[in-house]
Amino acid sequence: MPVETWLIFILGFMILGSIIALELKDILSSVISIGIVGLGVSVAFLFLQALDLAIVQFLFEIFALIILVRAFIGKEYHIKEPSKSHVIQTVVTIVVLLSILALSINVFRLLPQFGEPIFSTARHYVENGAKETGAANIVTAIILDYRAYDTLGEVTVLFTAILGVLAILKTRSKTTSPAGGDHETN
Amino acid sequence: MKQTEGMTLIVKTVTRISVWMILLYGLYIILHGHISPGGGFAGGVIIALAFLNVMLAYGRDFIKRWVNIGFLHDIESSSAALFLAIGILGMAVGGGFLANFISHGKLFHLLSAGTIPILNIVIAAKVSMGLFVVVWTLSIFHLDKGGKK
Repeated sequence: MPVETWLIFILGFMILGSIIALELKDILSSVISIGIVGLGVSVAFLFLQALDLAIVQFLFEIFALIILVRAFIGKEYHIKEPSKSHVIQTVVTIVVLLSILALSINVFRLLPQFGEPIFSTARHYVENGAKETGAANIVTAIILDYRAYDTLGEVTVLFTAILGVLAILKTRSKTTSPAGGDHETN
Repeated sequence: MKQTEGMTLIVKTVTRISVWMILLYGLYIILHGHISPGGGFAGGVIIALAFLNVMLAYGRDFIKRWVNIGFLHDIESSSAALFLAIGILGMAVGGGFLANFISHGKLFHLLSAGTIPILNIVIAAKVSMGLFVVVWTLSIFHLDKGGKK
C-alpha cells in the first residue's frame, strides 16, 4: 500500500480516538484515548521517514500521559450532564467547516506533489549538509548548524515557560501550605 | 517491613534495575545525535523520564534526599546561558553567530561535526532538568492542594 493510504488510515484512527475521548464519561479512559492521537502522530512520522520527530513525539506522549494520569487518578470529578439543545451548534459547526473547505479548494490545487519540496534550499541541505557540517544526521545538521538560531529561540521559549511555571506554582504552594516554608525547594 | 513511601517492592526492584538502562539509552541518544536519529531533545526527555520513574516508584522525598532540586534548576538555567556562550564564541572565532568553529572530523565518527555534539549535550541538560523540575513542582502543588481540603 502507498504511504498516503496508511496516513489516511492513521488520521481516521486519530479522529476516532478523539471522538471517543470526548464521549467517554470516565476521565482516566478519556486520557488514555487521547493517547491514541499522540501515538498516531508518532506512527505517521514513522511512515513519512521522520525518525527524529517520531522519537520526540512518542516520548512527549509518554510524558504527558504520565502527568495526566498522575493528576487525575483517584480524584472525584463532577460530571456535567450535556444539555440537549446541541443541534443548532452542530449544524453551525458543520456549515462553517464545509464553507471553509469549499473556499479553499483552489488552494489545494496549488499544493506541490507529495514529497516534492517547493524551496530549493531543501535540496541544498540534502546535497551539501554532510559535507558542510560533518554531521551524518541531516536533521541534526539543520537544527543545530544551519538553523541553530531557531534552536536558540526554542531554548529561550522553554526556559521562559519553565520559569513561569516555577514562579506561579512556587508562590501558590507557599501561600497554601500550612507548614510555611517547609516545601521550599530552593 | 515498613512501607513508608512510593510504590510496592516489586516496582521498586524493577525500577532499581531498569533506570540505569533508561539513563544509558538516553546518553546514547544524546551522544549519537549527529550520527543517528535522536539528539538533545529526545535524549533529554528520556533522562527526565528516568528521573520521573524513580520519583514515581520511590516517592517524592527519596529524590529530595539524594538530589538538591535547586541544583537541578541551576543546571537547567546555566545550560541556556552556555548555549548563548557557544554562539558568541562562534561569533568571535568562526566569524558568525553560532558558527561551527571546531573542525568537522570524519563523517560517521563519534567525535565529528564540530559544535553540534556540544550543543546536543547542552540542550539535553536543559530539557531533562527543566521537565523534571516542572514535574517536581507540580507534584508539590498537588500535595498542598490535597492537604488543604
